[in-house]
Amino acid sequence: MTDTPSAALPRSEPGGAISDFGIDTTTQSTGEAVRDYLARLRGGDLGSLPAVLGLGALVVVFWALSDSFLTLDNTANLLAQGAGKMIIAMGLVFVLLLGEIDLSAGTASGVCAAVMAMHYVRSGNLLGGMGSTVFSVFVGGLVVAAVLALVMRIWVGAALSLVAVGVAMSGVAPNPWVEMLLAVCVGTAIGVITGFLVSKIGMPSFVVTLALFITWQGVILQFIGEGGVFGIGTQPVLFSVANGTMSVAGSWALFAVGAGGYALVVLGEHVGRLNRGLVTAPTPVVLAKVGAVAVLAALATFALTLDRSLNDFVVIRGVPYVVPIVLVLLVVGTYTLNRTRYGRHIYAVGGNAEAARRAGINVGKIRASVFVVCSSVAALGAIVYSSKVGSVDPQAGGLNTLLFAVGAAVIGGTSLFGGRGKVFHAVVGGLVLAVVENGLGLLEQPAAVVNIVTGLVLLLAATVDALSRRRASAASR
Amino acid sequence: MSEPVLELTGLNKSFGPVHVLHDVDFTVRAGEVTALVGDNGAGKSTLVKCVAGIHPMDSGQVRFAGERVSIGGPRDAARLGIEVVYQDLALADNLDIVQNMFLGRERGSDWLLDEAAMEKAARDTLASLSVRTVKSVRTPVSALSGGQRQTVAIAKSVLWESKVVLLDEPTAALGVAQTRQVLDLVRRLAEQGLGVVLISHNMADVFEVADRIATLYLGRMVAEVATRDVTHGQIVELITAGRSGDLGLARPETATV
Repeated sequence: MTDTPSAALPRSEPGGAISDFGIDTTTQSTGEAVRDYLARLRGGDLGSLPAVLGLGALVVVFWALSDSFLTLDNTANLLAQGAGKMIIAMGLVFVLLLGEIDLSAGTASGVCAAVMAMHYVRSGNLLGGMGSTVFSVFVGGLVVAAVLALVMRIWVGAALSLVAVGVAMSGVAPNPWVEMLLAVCVGTAIGVITGFLVSKIGMPSFVVTLALFITWQGVILQFIGEGGVFGIGTQPVLFSVANGTMSVAGSWALFAVGAGGYALVVLGEHVGRLNRGLVTAPTPVVLAKVGAVAVLAALATFALTLDRSLNDFVVIRGVPYVVPIVLVLLVVGTYTLNRTRYGRHIYAVGGNAEAARRAGINVGKIRASVFVVCSSVAALGAIVYSSKVGSVDPQAGGLNTLLFAVGAAVIGGTSLFGGRGKVFHAVVGGLVLAVVENGLGLLEQPAAVVNIVTGLVLLLAATVDALSRRRASAASR
Repeated sequence: MSEPVLELTGLNKSFGPVHVLHDVDFTVRAGEVTALVGDNGAGKSTLVKCVAGIHPMDSGQVRFAGERVSIGGPRDAARLGIEVVYQDLALADNLDIVQNMFLGRERGSDWLLDEAAMEKAARDTLASLSVRTVKSVRTPVSALSGGQRQTVAIAKSVLWESKVVLLDEPTAALGVAQTRQVLDLVRRLAEQGLGVVLISHNMADVFEVADRIATLYLGRMVAEVATRDVTHGQIVELITAGRSGDLGLARPETATV
C-alpha cells in the first residue's frame, strides 16, 4: 500500500500533509474558516454574496439620492410591495433547482387570485360567477388534476385538488380562510397538470409552461371579464394580509420566536456536532453569526414598532404580516431542501438526473412534484399581491410578475442550470428587485427606466452565475 | 481458491438479430479481483449490464453465494449486494461526498435525515479503505479530482455492504498518481472480502491487481485463467484472436458470428 497523501492532491494545502480527514476530526480555527470561505469564493461558489452586496449598495445609493427612501414608512411599504413576487420566486427555486423553468407561475397565480376573489365577490357561488359551462370545465379540470396526481402518486396534490373541487361544488359561504385555502388548492391542481405534462408526457418545461402561461392568462380574463375587477379590499382579513401589521407585543414575540429559534437550532446543531466529533465551524464564528442575526432582527423589529404613519392622527406601528409569512415560508422551504429526503433528492436530480435514477430515486415524481410546489407557493404569492392592491383584475399575475420572480431567484444566486440554489436566494433577490422598483419610483423615474434598470440587474446576475459556474468547473479539473 | 460468490452459466443475450453473448460462463470469487478483458464490442459492458439487471438475460443461470437467483432488474441486483461503478461515475456534482455516498439510501426518517450518522459512517468507510487524499467528507464532488471521484464512487459500494462490485474502466480517464490510488483501492476492496470485477483495457493495471483474468472474444468467454499462469502477450492474443497456444478457442473459425 502506498501512502501518497499530499503528493496526489490536485492543490496542495498550506498546512502541510493531511492525515485521514485531518480537517474533519479537529475543529477549524477562525482564521482557517475565513481562509476556507475565501477559497470557496475564489473557486466560484459565490452563493448569495453578490446579491447581498448589491442590495447594500442599492440601499446606500437610494438613501443618498432620495430623502424618503430609507424612511420607516417606505421600508415597510417596500416589504409589502415586494413580498408577492418574492413568494412566487421562493416556489420557483424548487423548479429552477432541477434546471427546469415554470413560465406559467405568474399567470397560474393570477388564476388562483381570480378564483379566490370570485369566491368572495360572488358570496361563494362560483357556479353563478363563471356560468355553468365554464364552471363544469373548471371542476372537470380540478378532477383531472386529482386523477393525474393519483397516477403520479403525489398524494398531497390529489388531496388538495379534491379539496378545491369540494369548495367549488359546495358553494360554502365566503370566508377569508376558505378563500385562501381555495387559492392554494387551485394552485396545487395547476401544478399537478404542469408536472404531469413535463414529467410523464416528457415535453420540455419551457414549452409546456409557455403554453400554459398564455392559457392561464385567458382563463383569468374569462373569470373576471374584459375590463372587470374583483375588489377584495373590503374583506378585512384578505386586506390585512399585505396591509396589516402585528401589534407591538406580537412583533416582539415574533422576534423572540424567530431569533430564539434560529439561535437554538444553530447552536444545538453546533454542540451536537462538537460532541460527536464531527467537523464544525469554529465556535466564535457560529456565535458571531447567531449574534449578528439576533442584533439585526432586534434592530429591524425595533424600527418597525416605531410609529411610521405620515398622518399625525393615525398610528401605524408593528411588523407587517408579510414578514412572518415570508419567514415561515423561508424556514419551511429551507428545512425541506436541506433536511428532508425529498429535498436531498431534488438537489440530486438537479445535479445529475442519471445518478439519481441509478440511486433508485423516482426522478419523474420529483420532477412533477416541484411544479406542484411552485404553483402552490405561487398561489400564496397571489394572495399577498392581491391583498396589497386590494383587488384582482385580468392583469393579475401577468405582465412582469413571472419575470420578476425568476429574476429574484437568479439575482439571489440560484443557478438556472439546476442543482444550485436556496429558498433564501429568492428572498435576497426579491429584496433587490423591490428596492430597485421602489427606489426608482421615489426618484420619479418613468417606467422605461425602471424596466431597463431591472433588466440590466437581472442580466448582471445571470452573468455572475454563468461566470462563477465556469470558474467552478475550471477549478475542479 | 475461495468460494464463488457469483456464478453465471450458459448466459446468452441477443439484441434483435445480434447475438452479443454466447453461452458465457463467468465466476466471481469473494476476496479476489477478476479482470474482465476483451476488445471493443466483445460484450464486456453487456455482461456487466446483465449482471446489474439493466438488460434481462435471454437464457442462463445465476447462482449467488451458492443459491440459484434470478436478476429481474437493478433493484434485484442491489438487493443481492451487486454494485456497479459505471464509467461515468453517477455522482451528483452539486452534492458533497457524504450526500453522494448515501444517495437514495439516506439514513434517518423522511422528514429529518440523520446527517451526523451519515457523515460518521462515510468517514469511517473512507478511513477503512485508507483513502487519505480527501480533505473533508463535506467537500462537494465538483471540487474533487477524477481519481477522488472514482474513489468516492467505489467507496460507496463498500458503505452499502455489497458482496460483488463491478468496476467499469475505473482508471480510463486518470493520470498516473490517480490510477495508483484507484488500483490500491481495488486491492483493498478484495482484501475486505468483496468479489471485485475489473473491466479494463489497460494490461498493466490488469496484471497488477487481478487474481484471475477472464477474456471475452466476440461474445464468447475464451479463457478464465489465473493471472500468474499467463503472460501479457498471451492475454493480448486472446483478446485479439480468441486463442493463444492451447488457451482459448480450439479453432478461430468457430468464433465468427
